[in-house]
Amino acid sequence: MNELSDAPGQTRRIILKSAVGLAAFALGAGGVLTSAYAAIDPKSWPENAFKQKSEADALKALYGKSGEASDKVNLDAPEIAENGAVVPIAVATTLPGVTGIAILVLENPFTLAAAYKIPEGTEASVASRLKMAKTSKVVAVVEAGGKLYTATKEVKVTVGGCGG
Amino acid sequence: MASTIRVRAIASGDTTQVQSLISHPMDSGFVKDSKGQLIPPHHIEVVEFEHAGKVVFTALWGPAVSKDPYVKFSFKGAKKGDDLKVSWVDNKGQSDSTVAKIQ
Repeated sequence: MNELSDAPGQTRRIILKSAVGLAAFALGAGGVLTSAYAAIDPKSWPENAFKQKSEADALKALYGKSGEASDKVNLDAPEIAENGAVVPIAVATTLPGVTGIAILVLENPFTLAAAYKIPEGTEASVASRLKMAKTSKVVAVVEAGGKLYTATKEVKVTVGGCGG
Repeated sequence: MASTIRVRAIASGDTTQVQSLISHPMDSGFVKDSKGQLIPPHHIEVVEFEHAGKVVFTALWGPAVSKDPYVKFSFKGAKKGDDLKVSWVDNKGQSDSTVAKIQ
């Protein structure tokens, strides 16, 4: 084969390449357009963090660092929860620059129970209801100014809410 | 089908308090049914609250969040009559969304 006969092949390859590129671009643009309607990207769920089984591992997977105890984190949880399936837990803080709040239940099969993203303009206060397998320490975590602050409280559970 | 999401947003001054209740089994994957078979995990993973094109609150939930989950938070910058969009997606890819008027 001489150089001339090879030339059309190359050209075809270039055309093919640009066609693939165009298709990829169109797909990408389509993805952006659909995401404007279906707002949530399921991949935004931090799967790995929700699989961890200790406080340190969960915090590392979620925020990439460890926390320090702070009296500015206010964890509102009952002393005794009669029903472990529904334990009301609220977290609030007076710390400035809060970007996230997380709640860990140390004795649950998976430590991390819930995490909340707090953009600017949203108050650093969340109330929700969690399941607790048994009596456990509950840890409230606040991410503020790039650091983690925690508060811990033990909640006694009479009837567990995680198993059969 | 009726929406799975019940949301109440009340503006008071500059702050809007939002309470929402979503109808969802939130199966943890650790509970057995009456035949002794484990019920596979089925829980909401992400909930987003949007006001004026901006996400004002995101909840990331694991299987430890209670059945028919409830959440309460507050944000600034909205007024009565504004729209608040709530949407969720679960680990099976099911989803729902609704738009509520801020009262």
